[in-house]
Amino acid sequence: MEKKDIIQSFKDSLFTGLIALALFGPIVGLRTASKGEGLYITPQWGIVFLLVGLCILGRFLINLNSARKNEITFFSKFTSKFSAITEDKAKHFAITAILFAVVFPFLPFTDRYFMDVAIMILTYIMLGWGLNIVVGLAGLLDLGYVAFYAVGAYSYALIATTFGWSFWICLPLAGLFAAFFGILLGFPVLRLRGDYLAIVTLGFGEIIRIILINWYEVTNGPDGITGIPRPSFFGLPFKRSPDEGETSFHLFFNLEYSTMHRIIFLYYLILVLALITNYFTLKIRKLPVGRAWEALREDEIACKSLGVNPTNTKLTAFAIGAMFGGFAGSFFATRQAFISPESFTFIESAIIVAIVVLGGMGSQTGVVLASIFLIGITEMFRDLEQYRMIAFGGAMVLIMVFKPKGILANRKPTILMHGDKK
Amino acid sequence: MSNLLSVENLTMKFGGLTAIDDLSFDAKNNQITSIIGPNGAGKTTVFNCLTGFYKPTNGQMFLHKEDSKISLRKYTDFKIAYVAKVARTFQNIRLFPAMSVLENLLVAQHNELMVASGYSLYGLLNLKSYRDKEQLAVDKAKYWLDIIGLTHRADDNAGDLPYGDQRKLEIVRAMCIEPRLLCLDEPAAGLNPKESAELNKLLKFIKTEKQTGILLIEHDMSVVMGISDHVVVLNYGKKIFEGTANQTKNSKEVIEAYLGVDE
Repeated sequence: MEKKDIIQSFKDSLFTGLIALALFGPIVGLRTASKGEGLYITPQWGIVFLLVGLCILGRFLINLNSARKNEITFFSKFTSKFSAITEDKAKHFAITAILFAVVFPFLPFTDRYFMDVAIMILTYIMLGWGLNIVVGLAGLLDLGYVAFYAVGAYSYALIATTFGWSFWICLPLAGLFAAFFGILLGFPVLRLRGDYLAIVTLGFGEIIRIILINWYEVTNGPDGITGIPRPSFFGLPFKRSPDEGETSFHLFFNLEYSTMHRIIFLYYLILVLALITNYFTLKIRKLPVGRAWEALREDEIACKSLGVNPTNTKLTAFAIGAMFGGFAGSFFATRQAFISPESFTFIESAIIVAIVVLGGMGSQTGVVLASIFLIGITEMFRDLEQYRMIAFGGAMVLIMVFKPKGILANRKPTILMHGDKK
Repeated sequence: MSNLLSVENLTMKFGGLTAIDDLSFDAKNNQITSIIGPNGAGKTTVFNCLTGFYKPTNGQMFLHKEDSKISLRKYTDFKIAYVAKVARTFQNIRLFPAMSVLENLLVAQHNELMVASGYSLYGLLNLKSYRDKEQLAVDKAKYWLDIIGLTHRADDNAGDLPYGDQRKLEIVRAMCIEPRLLCLDEPAAGLNPKESAELNKLLKFIKTEKQTGILLIEHDMSVVMGISDHVVVLNYGKKIFEGTANQTKNSKEVIEAYLGVDE
């Protein structure tokens, strides 16, 4: 590396510091405190300078790193080796991961907390895989995916509390409702692409949330819906003392009662749902409709010139993506037993999109890695309370700096003429 | 030789600008009809009207089928390719660059495969009937790849091919929908003389072996003069000449349109 590069990086990082100062100055530096009757401004320049200093240092280090492109850094060596392994041995990697997921609840260190985090990560993996159909394959940037999650959750909650039907009947119904909403959103946005589409879908997500808040008669507004039935193990509820004429899970299998049974069942439930999503996506990608989605992402005009119907193709992508969002929503409702519009804010959509993009658009394994990385890291820093979002942001920045196209960005053809060369 | 396409009094106006002015011409089966003219003469606009991207202000376009004829005005958008079987290529290549060469050719057979896969249902169940149909589609793709000599690159991304090969791939991709009329928008643009010669061979093959009429927009005169059976010359949206390649070469109007009038 030359001296010139260092000076250049230094100048650049000073400029970054200037921007940081402009941002942090008013936001962090001027703190309002109420003393007596009015509001007073208490400056806290110490923290501002600390933050600005961190920005300068971080930028400088990133610059240095990119300046030594030819010298292999530890991190890039690690990531490239990692992606090489996962790409070459994709099958082995997937099988190992699934096996690990299957035995996970019975590992010695697994406790209630780990299970909760694992269930959460799996929910996001499923949502990521569902959204991957819309964003990764069909190339339709959907910033309102949480709307379908909400529709699924609310349809499940309303059907289950009103009619008392079992989880296995409500689940497909909730999926269908979500798919219907997917088509409903699909129609007006057929002509839109890119940024415009993103804005409209974002609005759609907010519309659904606001309807949920205001349609008090049906959705119970901001109070949410309580007492959503818990899932049962094929008719055997997870209760300490079952109702008259019922046998509960632990009695049937002659086990000591434990709340973990239900958690473990929920874990396997979401694992199976997620794996179904994955299997379905991998299958449909290789079918004509899947290829048409990808073709549409590549070039819509060329698609039309080949007789591919863009309307139907887009609507199926929206509907199927929404359906899986709806499934995940039903799972969420039955796990929480309580839902309110609060759970379906824009930040959820943003996290799901972040998982898909950072994982590498269209990559199924990438979604898994990004979910574990983003959700896992945020959970690890839960003790820091509100500051844990910094860890989330940091994780995003790290991936963008070292893997700008996503963790795994390689696309494999859906069909081969000459077979696998390796 | 029977008529394949007849364009009658086609007019296309964009606001106050008349891009095509009362244009009429015919194209015959198993013939190559070239549309030439200086830049901005309205050639691509004619294509966009024929292939449903624009709706013409006036006039009719008919595709003849045995004894009946169908009006292309009735079809817009993807239906031109799907129902009327008019295929086209683009001035700036429009492949699916991140998809493999084979996948590009399979997307062109989307509608047949969609039916074969029972709108995805049979495909998800992995029925043999679908797998057989898919194999047929792959065989068809291989047939065309053998002709343009790209079979060995079938599994590579279309965007990684050299420019000349991308041009050829776009043409055979259009052929995969088994069109009755193939519209080529400057297929020789950016090709070197060797590649141009190969292109001529490919177009002649399509013309003689397949029941496909070809409509060609081209600036490269070696291509136009080498393979055209019929030439239509446009200038400022009007037809100024129509005839064989040789007649065109010697026409006074055409030379004036290209080189200007002697003072």
